[in-house]
Amino acid sequence: MGAIGILWLRQIRRYLRSRARMVGSLGQPVLFLLAFGFGFGPVFARAGEGDYLAFVAPGIIAMGILFTATFSGIEIIWDRQFGFLRETLVAPVPRLTIVLGRTLGAATVALIQGCIVFAITLIAGFRVRELTLLPVALLFMFLIALLFTAIGTAVGSVLRDMQGFQLIMNFLVLPLFFFSNALFPEAGLPAPLRLVVRLNPLTYGIAGVRGALGAAHGLALLADFAVLGTLALLVLGIAAFLFSRIEV
Amino acid sequence: MIEVSGLVKTFGSFTAVDHVSFSVPEGQIRAFLGPNGAGKTTTIKILTTVLAPSAGSARVAGHDVIRERAAVRRAFGIVFQDPSLDEELTAYENMELHGVLYGVPRAGRRERIAALLGFVGLSGRADDYVKEFSGGMKRRLEIARALLHRPRLLFLDEPTLGLDPQTRNRIWEFVKELAAREKVTVFFTTHAMEEAERVAGEITVIDHGRIVAEGTAALLKEQTASATLEEAFIALTGRDIRAEDAEPADRMRMMRRIWRGR
Repeated sequence: MGAIGILWLRQIRRYLRSRARMVGSLGQPVLFLLAFGFGFGPVFARAGEGDYLAFVAPGIIAMGILFTATFSGIEIIWDRQFGFLRETLVAPVPRLTIVLGRTLGAATVALIQGCIVFAITLIAGFRVRELTLLPVALLFMFLIALLFTAIGTAVGSVLRDMQGFQLIMNFLVLPLFFFSNALFPEAGLPAPLRLVVRLNPLTYGIAGVRGALGAAHGLALLADFAVLGTLALLVLGIAAFLFSRIEV
Repeated sequence: MIEVSGLVKTFGSFTAVDHVSFSVPEGQIRAFLGPNGAGKTTTIKILTTVLAPSAGSARVAGHDVIRERAAVRRAFGIVFQDPSLDEELTAYENMELHGVLYGVPRAGRRERIAALLGFVGLSGRADDYVKEFSGGMKRRLEIARALLHRPRLLFLDEPTLGLDPQTRNRIWEFVKELAAREKVTVFFTTHAMEEAERVAGEITVIDHGRIVAEGTAALLKEQTASATLEEAFIALTGRDIRAEDAEPADRMRMMRRIWRGR
């Protein structure tokens, strides 16, 4: 196994061993699923938009991924002072290898977390229209995971301590979630809000997951994939650059 | 093993390391002493290739720290002031991670890990999570890990900080045995003067970024007409308590103590 592999494995091992964190980070998506999924259902149906649970479930799945991914990215701050990261920074391994192994591992963890939320939405009554498109949905989920782990890593590489944590939560993660198409459809929004939603990368991820699970036609999915995939690679590049400039 | 010549490191208008030159011969145990903020950590960062010097040069195990980074990195092992183990992993997994990163060949890796764990008295604990270890056990594991890739030089940055006297003694015994048995050169910092006197072959004292004294403990005491190394140290570096800004790292150490009780 190479350096990337062992760093990936480390993230998986850590995840599988911290049951408390695993369950804890499911709390929020489940809460949203119950409150929004069932609370807004009747309003949504009356407005002629159909089944709200079917609409919001992909948004909630994305939420689970978004939170897990961003935070495991930012965890790099902690890792750097007290974790193994400090050790790896003096190892004869390029920084790019370290950041790739860690990011891929954390993204995989976020993907698993997303799958658990997915399973919960199924229990709540959400149904997949077209099973053959399930791998496409998983691909979009992984891209969301990769993009936001990379964002977290980029932010974590710049911040010096955990003081900025709350800041990131309130001014990055929550706005990204609320100003996306997770909870409400894009169509019919006031123009400024619609623009914000359109500029939000999470929107493309959710559109992809929603499209795949709801059997949307291929062209729209391809466009979402292109936007999300390009962004994920771009941000991964930025994260790798910022990480390479960390001084211990 | 270490050759430093005219090393300078400035941060803005502040000069942390000011034309420092010294050398450490192979096989020696060298203590690197100085008050807080004297330039110890900055020097070690330069020697371990994580910080680039502003001027001057440094060679570690015959390799230049700027131009031959990878070769330098393979040549040394380091135990940091702050713990750098992954507490969610077992002792063995921490060692394995290090082995893979340093390209220790798969053949013989397991045996080497077992032998080192035995050496630091952790044989029976290989598959236990590091979070269950005491402070002293973690330090010993870090020392074992630092030796895994057979470095010729070992950096120890305050390796006994926060440990009880029994554990401190044990760690220094390991270090001395190691230097003798594996011919590893050791370069360490500490604030405990009696440890430096007991363990180190020679001592380098740095203050305000400059080397202020160098030699055996006996020589330093003689030069300053002091009875103990601590008196000699104070004679060399003055009685002032150094004002240091709290770094982000210090705040995080505080948080860590609050959350994890250490």
